[in-house]
Amino acid sequence: MADIVLDKVSKRFPDGTTAVQDVDLEIADGEFVILVGPSGCGKSTTLNMIAGLEDISSGELRIGGERVNDKAPRDRDIAMVFQSYALYPNMTVRENMAFPLRLAKLDKETINQKVDEAAKVLELTALLDRKPANLSGGQRQRVAMGRAIVRQPKAFLMDEPLSNLDAKLRVQMRTVVSRLQKQLGTTTVYVTHDQTEAMTLGDRVVIMRGGAVQQVGPPQELYDHPRNLFVAGFIGSPSMNFVHAAVEDGKLRTALGDVPIGERVRRELEAGDAPRELILGIRPEHFEDAALIDDETRRRGMEFEAPVDIVESMGSDKYVYFTVEGERATAAELEELAADAGAADFAGGGSNLVTRLSAESPVREGESRRVWFNLEKIHLFDPGSGRNLTLHEGRSAGALAD
Amino acid sequence: MAVESTTRAKVRWGLLDVVVVVFALVPVLWIASLSFKTPATLTDGKFWPREWTLDNYRTIFDTDQFVRALINSIGIALIATTIAVVLGAMAAYAISRLDFPGKKLLVGVSLLIAMFPQVSLVSPLFEIERQLGLFDTWPGLILPYITFALPLAIYTLSAFFKQIPWDLEKAAKMDGATQAQAFRRVIAPLAAPGVFTTAILVFIFCWNDFLFAITLTSTERSRTVPVALQFFTGESQFEDPTGAICAAAVVITVPIILFVLFFQRRIVSGLTSGAVKG
Repeated sequence: MADIVLDKVSKRFPDGTTAVQDVDLEIADGEFVILVGPSGCGKSTTLNMIAGLEDISSGELRIGGERVNDKAPRDRDIAMVFQSYALYPNMTVRENMAFPLRLAKLDKETINQKVDEAAKVLELTALLDRKPANLSGGQRQRVAMGRAIVRQPKAFLMDEPLSNLDAKLRVQMRTVVSRLQKQLGTTTVYVTHDQTEAMTLGDRVVIMRGGAVQQVGPPQELYDHPRNLFVAGFIGSPSMNFVHAAVEDGKLRTALGDVPIGERVRRELEAGDAPRELILGIRPEHFEDAALIDDETRRRGMEFEAPVDIVESMGSDKYVYFTVEGERATAAELEELAADAGAADFAGGGSNLVTRLSAESPVREGESRRVWFNLEKIHLFDPGSGRNLTLHEGRSAGALAD
Repeated sequence: MAVESTTRAKVRWGLLDVVVVVFALVPVLWIASLSFKTPATLTDGKFWPREWTLDNYRTIFDTDQFVRALINSIGIALIATTIAVVLGAMAAYAISRLDFPGKKLLVGVSLLIAMFPQVSLVSPLFEIERQLGLFDTWPGLILPYITFALPLAIYTLSAFFKQIPWDLEKAAKMDGATQAQAFRRVIAPLAAPGVFTTAILVFIFCWNDFLFAITLTSTERSRTVPVALQFFTGESQFEDPTGAICAAAVVITVPIILFVLFFQRRIVSGLTSGAVKG
């Protein structure tokens, strides 16, 4: 058990590319931290540097208060679970799990006892004499976990351990990982590109982009108070809607109508270098069918009317897709997110809005519907820097705050 | 209909296989048959010997020439194979795992060596070895064998190493292994079929070589079996040693056949698995 501290850790490759840039991160003893971001954001490189599989170009890495920059992986006393599981195909499940213990030169009895214990926790007892080739994906994954936990290391590192499993098994294994981590209380660093895994598993989430940390915090905080456009767009499924907004006459002219702004945002926009164009972000659940809300709620937001594209009924609520006319929101961050989702060449003309309305809404495809949205929950972003203008002392307060 | 056509296809392929096998094996069987014939019936043109004799075998093992050549052959082939496989394994491991300057050049040059017509190197090698005093010695043959076997070894082995996921090595390091332990306990066992295959191919190459052996040797000191066969004489100058040569040919073929049959499964799985992903 130990804490892990990254102090301005960077990774530069010999060809000059910087994979990780000045990452500062303090992971407390027993904490479950998730590194998340699109592919190529440096999350795996960061994990490999903690593991010792990649050299650290500059900065300092401390595990349990001790500088480990120059220590070999085997001297760091940490265990790692790989995406490919990396089970030794020539060894049985038992031998696989015993391998780290045998290298540590424990006596046979202790090894057997520890392997049996770990196998019991992961329900692998019946499979101990099989070779990895004869196991299913989920079983292999559990063996890889078993090999990591047998020797009770200071920390676990997990590199996308669930991405090779099918969707259903992934959800199941997610709870297994979560329970195991709580049970053992071992410091864990978990890398994933899946924002759902990030939201559900971690105590804290670290969002990375282009080798730099964007924001660190508990999942809910990242969701409610994203520091920039990238974080806002990455976290959440379906993701936040982004609409182009032009600053005119103390108002925001958008495809959803003129959005009034409060005193605080006005002050931000009065600065000399303030942008004249903004991006307005609203999460799907902050929309509602205008016919279903009371007057009290109505006052906190505004309404617009748009043609309904598609209705997806989820039972508990409805996902309704609208098409709105007007300029599309554009920013480097948004393009990157779209590329990562594989949808870069997919969005048609105009803007698409995804909304989550109550199941009671009688909305039908093809009709035009009046929709209300909550002004207290909207975010305004500077398209140039990506900064969230509605964020004040780390809290987001919507467009109307004074 | 479908069943019928598959049986017909099977028969057709079976026939084709038989033709190929017979075509390849007839000369070998003929040699074997000759080796059991007496000198009188040697040229009777019968495939099946009328009078069986083991005299030819007795003759070759009675002469020093053959036994000595056999020892030379085994020794030279084994040493060359061992060195080529060890060096080849190291080179192949580096090629498949590391990114170092000149890697492409190294692979290219080794391919070039494999393509070079050996016959054009024979005279220069002869001169060089005479100057260096390597002519007619074991190292004089072992060195060129290693040179020409290395490309083969590097290619086969790097295909095998490339198949072994790098993650396994990382996992071993994370589990507390040193680089050497990771290689010995994880990588080597997985590469064993590849090493076997390579060793056998290299051994056969060294064992069968005639060109270098005839050019770079002159006495029994280092003459290998394929060459020794050419210098076979009978009891007297006027005796035709055909029977003895055939017996010797059988003797040097049998170990290879046994070797291959014994390791057949490993070679086949090795060759195919190396081919698919290499």
